Amino acid sequence: MKEIYLDNSATTQPVPEVREAMMRALDAEYGNPSSLHRKGVEAEQLVREAAENIAQTLKVDPKEIVFTSGGTESNNLALTGTMLAGHRTGRNLITTQIEHASISATAQFLEQQGYEITRLGTDQQGRVDPEELVRAIRPDTVLVSVMMVNNEIGTIEPVEQIGALIKEKNPNTLFHVDAVQAYGKLIIRPRRMKIDLLSVSGHKIHGPKGSGFLYVRRGVKIQPVLWGGGQQGGLRSGTENVPGITGLGTAAKLISQNLDEKVDRLYEVREQLVRGLRSMEGVTVNGPEGRECAPHIVSASFAGIRSEVLLHSLEAEGICVSSGSACSSNGQRHPSATLTAIHLAPALRDSTIRFSLSFFTTAEEIDETLQTLEKIVPELRRYTRR
Amino acid sequence: MKIQSFLIKYAEIAVKGKNRYLFEDKLVQQIARRMKKVDGKFDVRKTAGRIYVTALTDYDYDEALDALQHVFGIVGICPMLQIEDHGFEDLSAHVVDWMKEKYGNRPLTFKVAARRARKNYPLDSSEINAKLGEAILDAFPQMKVDVHHPDVLVNIEVREDINIYTEIIKGAGGMPLGTNGRGMLLLSGGIDSPVAGYMTARRGVELDAVYFHAPPYTSERARQKVVDLAKIVARYSGPIRLHVVNFTEIQLAIYDKCPHDELTIIMRRYMMRIAEALAEQNDCQALITGESIGQVASQTMKSLTVTNEACHMLVIRPLIAFDKQDIIDISEKIGTYETSIEPYEDCCTIFVAKHPVTKPNLHAIQRSEHNLGAVIGEMAEKAVSAAETPEID
Repeated sequence: MKEIYLDNSATTQPVPEVREAMMRALDAEYGNPSSLHRKGVEAEQLVREAAENIAQTLKVDPKEIVFTSGGTESNNLALTGTMLAGHRTGRNLITTQIEHASISATAQFLEQQGYEITRLGTDQQGRVDPEELVRAIRPDTVLVSVMMVNNEIGTIEPVEQIGALIKEKNPNTLFHVDAVQAYGKLIIRPRRMKIDLLSVSGHKIHGPKGSGFLYVRRGVKIQPVLWGGGQQGGLRSGTENVPGITGLGTAAKLISQNLDEKVDRLYEVREQLVRGLRSMEGVTVNGPEGRECAPHIVSASFAGIRSEVLLHSLEAEGICVSSGSACSSNGQRHPSATLTAIHLAPALRDSTIRFSLSFFTTAEEIDETLQTLEKIVPELRRYTRR
Repeated sequence: MKIQSFLIKYAEIAVKGKNRYLFEDKLVQQIARRMKKVDGKFDVRKTAGRIYVTALTDYDYDEALDALQHVFGIVGICPMLQIEDHGFEDLSAHVVDWMKEKYGNRPLTFKVAARRARKNYPLDSSEINAKLGEAILDAFPQMKVDVHHPDVLVNIEVREDINIYTEIIKGAGGMPLGTNGRGMLLLSGGIDSPVAGYMTARRGVELDAVYFHAPPYTSERARQKVVDLAKIVARYSGPIRLHVVNFTEIQLAIYDKCPHDELTIIMRRYMMRIAEALAEQNDCQALITGESIGQVASQTMKSLTVTNEACHMLVIRPLIAFDKQDIIDISEKIGTYETSIEPYEDCCTIFVAKHPVTKPNLHAIQRSEHNLGAVIGEMAEKAVSAAETPEID
């Protein structure tokens, strides 16, 4: 059966170059980067190359890259690490109501430890108000953490504006950006944007799962959360995941090539999908319009249809999408924080599907998806709970 | 001293008259089947009204014990020392060693209970009791004899060899599998049906199971959850043939043609019919369900009556008079609870009316079913013949 994979915000397919780079690290260059002998030096070289490739995409120093196991660890390290290190200057963390669980759950943990958490709401497009954020900054605000692209509806947050305003109000306050959904889609310049810490995951950019990094601006003090052999400047102990890091470095380099061109094309494909969805009866597209939204995420609500049923019907036609965000589909059903924050009608929250594209998504695939929806949506609407 | 043998106690099957040997043989067979999955080699043997499990190689005690505790028909498992008869002094030394190993010099009360099946042994049972009691008292000054309520009962069985054991670990009880036919369990992803399957299997009934799958309204994960539950039940019941029936077409037809407050009851009647057809094809003599009086609208007395009318086969409902909490307790004990409460079950809620009938009228239901026409029969036949049947072990 054909496969149309429109769940690229959950994970992406690793590209062949990534696989090949990883194979080398698994096969010939299997050393431990900490070993003093030749095998160790070889492996260390792979890690260095990856850091250089990544640093190049952000215009930062390779030494500012800390490799982690992915977005969740990067976010945990950023929040816990800065709050612990900053406990003398303050106890306040400002974040938003629409963050990924790896931010919101970490914030909740810190709150239980006695830290004070401020959680900002958004407008109906999921946008944080920079002015409101600045008003919330206190003398004891250690950290502000805002995502760059919302994983459920694709809203691009005004990160650059926020960064500037933070430093104006309180130069001691650090700024962390969860860029898991943004990296490889938007141009990110931490120095210009006054970003002190930035989280990225490898498997969202056609790299391997279990890989990611945290950019930590030189001079920013963070407390490690993993203790051990003192690898990566003591910030992240544990033998480096050399195959994962190599795959991540390769993926970062590839995704950043011709980014503008690729993004322009992706916005066209996205518009095609949005137009098609809007022309269907009882379908609303959530989030902001055009270039105010990330090029790869489309959130749509199908009135009267349970998202899970629609998801499985699409799956039966070979089309993979997500209901809300894949992580919030795990385990118990919680209403999505983002969909609640944007005041989506409660009846639609459970009827919302996320389509997430990649640079490999074709216009034909979108056509076929729209045709399939035209066919199955009316069928499913016939059978609703009475 | 490492335990090398277990004496297996079984109660109920010992009183089954002429069939006793059949039951014992089945039990031996079931134990042997279960022990095959345990690392190491074991000899399972029936001699003179006793079943012994003996490790022939190195093995893990806890793993072996756990396996034995999953075999129906076993009432008690006694970790045992079996020695050859080299005279009473030798026996006495072994018993003292055993006591030292197991209980050290703790201040406890004991009683020796000897049975002499081999009548040519020089001492009779009361002499063995007295002399071993003395030997234990001499060796452990802190221990005392209590013939009425001893902390430790020191069992000595003089047969060809001599068995020494002081502990009876509770077994799963029930009757050996395969001694009471085969049943078709209606298995959902909930808490009740796996418990119903377990309880029926415990009476020696082998299991088939049927699961009604309704894609896209129920997910692949819901199906996987049922497979997982069947696996847990199979640890007790032995291999389960799981018949996965695609039920979507029938559900949609019922939804289209029947009053909505009757959806669930009519759906259940079709499930019973399909389960019965599968049961007949697979040599099952009964259906097994997890129904319990009054638990939900479809399990009121009247609803059960109407559901029951849809099939002719015996329907076993082991949970019929159980409280929910009692069912949960059993599911926790047998290990199905955690899987049962995984949340992948409820995506077919559109087929559940907001206000289902609680007192259905059979004639009204039959009239509604009549509206489904002949095509529903074909759908049911197709569902039966297209069922996938993975074997779960």
